[in-house]
Amino acid sequence: MAVSLKASRSSAGRRRMDVVFQVAALAVLVAALAGLGALIGDVWRDGAGRLSWTFLTTFPSRRAEQAGIYHAIVGSLYVIALTAAMALPIGVASAVYLEEYGGRSRTARFIELNIANLAAVPSIIYGLLGLGLFVRALGMGRSVMAGAGTLALLALPVVILSTREALRTVPSTIREGSYALGATKWQTIWHQVLPMALPGILTGLILSLSRAIGETAPLITIGALTYIPFAPDSVWSAFTVLPIQIFNWVSRPQVAFKENAAAGILVLLALLLTMNALAIVVRDRFQRKGRP
Amino acid sequence: MNTDLPTLPPGLSSLVRGGAPAAETAPVKLDVRDLNFYYGEKRALDGISMAIYAHRVTAFIGPSGCGKSTFLRTLNRMNDIIPGARVEGSVTIDGQDAYGPGVDVVSLRRQVGMVFQKSNPFPKSIFENVAYGLRINNLVQTKAELAARVEESLRAAAIWDEVKDRLNDSALALSGGQQQRLCIARALAIRPDILLMDEPASALDPIATQRIEELVYDLKKDYTIVIVTHNMQQAARVSDYTAFFWLGRLVEYGRTDKIFTAPSEKLTEDYVTGRCG
Repeated sequence: MAVSLKASRSSAGRRRMDVVFQVAALAVLVAALAGLGALIGDVWRDGAGRLSWTFLTTFPSRRAEQAGIYHAIVGSLYVIALTAAMALPIGVASAVYLEEYGGRSRTARFIELNIANLAAVPSIIYGLLGLGLFVRALGMGRSVMAGAGTLALLALPVVILSTREALRTVPSTIREGSYALGATKWQTIWHQVLPMALPGILTGLILSLSRAIGETAPLITIGALTYIPFAPDSVWSAFTVLPIQIFNWVSRPQVAFKENAAAGILVLLALLLTMNALAIVVRDRFQRKGRP
Repeated sequence: MNTDLPTLPPGLSSLVRGGAPAAETAPVKLDVRDLNFYYGEKRALDGISMAIYAHRVTAFIGPSGCGKSTFLRTLNRMNDIIPGARVEGSVTIDGQDAYGPGVDVVSLRRQVGMVFQKSNPFPKSIFENVAYGLRINNLVQTKAELAARVEESLRAAAIWDEVKDRLNDSALALSGGQQQRLCIARALAIRPDILLMDEPASALDPIATQRIEELVYDLKKDYTIVIVTHNMQQAARVSDYTAFFWLGRLVEYGRTDKIFTAPSEKLTEDYVTGRCG
């Protein structure tokens, strides 16, 4: 039988299905993006007029036209930096223990299951924990430290889970190569495994910090929702963060404050995108290291 | 009685287990006695006994899954990191029990180097790949000493001329054959006594393979080499002794020329002539 290059009936049908699915997938994507675009467009219409250098560099005020968001930007940056500083080392160390040392014991599996569950716990619960632990028991008060501690607890499960995933992707040939040269377990982890897992670890950190920077509920619980006419100057200062300031403005009756809230949302978005872009640049630098 | 391994064909009861090949003057470097190895419940090695001689190249041949790589990895306790792995019997290196109490496995592996089947350079520079073993074992004091040892190792692995101008380039940019020689250089840098090679040329083209074989031949002046290979011509070319493994057992062990030209066992003959396996 000769080769036929013409489409048979069944192949035409299958190709049609191919096209149908491609179009359907595209349509869903466009719908999702359109919804998001409309939302951002709406916020932009309301808030863009309020965006100015003054808005970014002044403190809140009872008069909407004079109110700024400086204190909340500084508060957010303080809190998120401190959250990262706590969540990264603790999360990575926990993951290294569970993945490299913990073995397959009953206890290890129990802890593993609990961490996976913790990642799904509503953030307000973390707020209550933070209130009891950091604000009251440890006497930190309504400080940046207490807020960052609470958000670090919130971020930890995701950091631990993604770090474990990243550690698992390091090929066993690399570990064996290191052991065969007389490396100890710790030397192997520190010099070979962690550097190779770093891009994956940072991806997890970016994800969890992106969530943390937008969190409102746990920080309200620990008492960050207060009128604060100054920016934090130490980790023990009282503070507020962008989502809380936005929440505060939205809950006021005047239209002008609604505009402030919209502008605040734009600032928060910009901060989030800048932070993620920065983290991705850092990650790619590590990824390229050692690669041809 | 172990039931995982099928019984060997008749005629193998007269195995030359652990028998020292006649007229060898070199001292015994590694002495293995009645070694059994288990992955969990599954027995992978059954009663292996053999003596490996210093400054000789010993080749392990046999079909896939016959246990030769597993056996190789018991010699530097690389199997320790596999969960559920268990060893019975003894491995003695220069008269010391490698599995005895108080043995520092890290120091053992420093003296029994290993090159793997798939080249596994670290995702670092060429220089750093070789320097790693020297650094972690604190074998050098100064930067100059480090650079000298790295150069010496790369020369010993016959790759210096190809990489001397790009030591800071990524090791992953090298070709497969170069990567494998880099891994050999890395293993040599810490000056082991014994070098275990697990099918070091199986993923390489004939020219790269030839370079590795020449290298093995040169290296036996300074090292005791054990090489696992699938390639019987390779075993015949590079080794002084050959051990033939079959289904987790050592079938025959002796001088390479004897194994390939006048084996005592029918099974060995069938294997080396390509009639089975």
